[in-house]
Amino acid sequence: MTAIQVVAVVLVGLAGTAVVLTRDIVRQALLTSLFGFALTALFLVLQAPDVALSEIVVGTIGFPLVLAVAIARSRG
Amino acid sequence: MTLLPFLLAAWLFLVGLYGVVTSRNLVHLVVCLSVAQSSTYVLLLVVGYRRAATAPIFKDLPVGTRTVDPVVQALTLTDVVVAVAVSALLLALALQAQKRHGTLDPDELAEVRG
Amino acid sequence: MRALRLGLFLAGAAGLAGLLAWAFVDLPAFGEGRSVYASVVDRVALPERKAPNAVTTVVFDVRGLDTLLEEAILFAAAAGVAMLLRDAHEGETAARRDAVRSDAVRALGMLLAPFALVLGLYTIAHGHLTPGGGFQGGVVVAAAVVLVYVAGRGDAFDRIAPTSAWDAVEGAGVGAFVVVGLCGLTAGGQYLENVFPLGVRGALAAAGTIPVLSWSAGIAVAAAFVLLFREFLDQLRDEES
Repeated sequence: MTAIQVVAVVLVGLAGTAVVLTRDIVRQALLTSLFGFALTALFLVLQAPDVALSEIVVGTIGFPLVLAVAIARSRG
Repeated sequence: MTLLPFLLAAWLFLVGLYGVVTSRNLVHLVVCLSVAQSSTYVLLLVVGYRRAATAPIFKDLPVGTRTVDPVVQALTLTDVVVAVAVSALLLALALQAQKRHGTLDPDELAEVRG
Repeated sequence: MRALRLGLFLAGAAGLAGLLAWAFVDLPAFGEGRSVYASVVDRVALPERKAPNAVTTVVFDVRGLDTLLEEAILFAAAAGVAMLLRDAHEGETAARRDAVRSDAVRALGMLLAPFALVLGLYTIAHGHLTPGGGFQGGVVVAAAVVLVYVAGRGDAFDRIAPTSAWDAVEGAGVGAFVVVGLCGLTAGGQYLENVFPLGVRGALAAAGTIPVLSWSAGIAVAAAFVLLFREFLDQLRDEES
């Protein structure tokens, strides 16, 4: 395993743990974007550009958008 | 050390499940569920990885170059996009539950009748 | 009660972790996997299908049936969200909460929307040549449509994302996938067999059914996501009491 793969794996583990342990849903929405970004880096390092492209569009556009609207609606 | 990526998949799955079990908010629960789902993507890609191999795009590579497994990548990439739509469905359910019962707490919702 | 649930979960998780560790030790080591299927696809994707992107070949040609079923899941999810969130008062134009107070956001949003649209269409079209394809490009196209809303033009977003039109587009996308599969049957082969002319390697219209299926999947995914976003964003309208 190369060093960059170890770093990517550790980052994804830390980001995933942080997402679960955050109780405030607004902060969790931001951390989810960060988790998606870490996953994209891991997928790139594992030589999977198609999957990385999927994950980055979904993790920055798809999921945070519906999350933000759900949070706004649950408060309004 | 070579078990580390597999351990990451197991860790993400268990941590996501822990979040689902101990969640006090349905929106938090859906996000933890997506973390557990991403463990399957990691496991699939890790199983398909080959050491010192490159991406399976043969634009300039001669056929027969050592590449990683394209089949698991195909399975993962459709999965990633569709999982977001399913998470949106779960969030819509959560919104409707809040509209009907006024709360997003799964424990309180479990005690609601009708 | 919560403590009991947590204790039960921790016991189960410990058992599962043990089983997973036992399973992972028996797998081939990281990087040593030897998949015969993968080797075959690598050798076959470019010569037999004229598509440099082996992953898109697997998605739309070799495992096309799996992709059709995934699109069915997407269709069902979009239909489920529509059923849950779409009001009976469809078409009423209640006021939208417009909270965009920054001119920079408005300007940048309206400027980026057409570029994002072109980028999405480019990604869909070049799916068989470079990393990309229907799924990735479809989400980018939906993002281009939502950028109009994010830039503060809720009225324009309502006009370009009417649910009736995008419902039809999504149905057309999934239907086109099914119909192209039937072309394989009528040509005497299997369902979803690659029976269109293969063309010249590197052209946009090469690789037989793969770009056609990529476009239909891209249209279906873009429409599903636009519908999802529209139904969620409609929840943010100011409601008349």
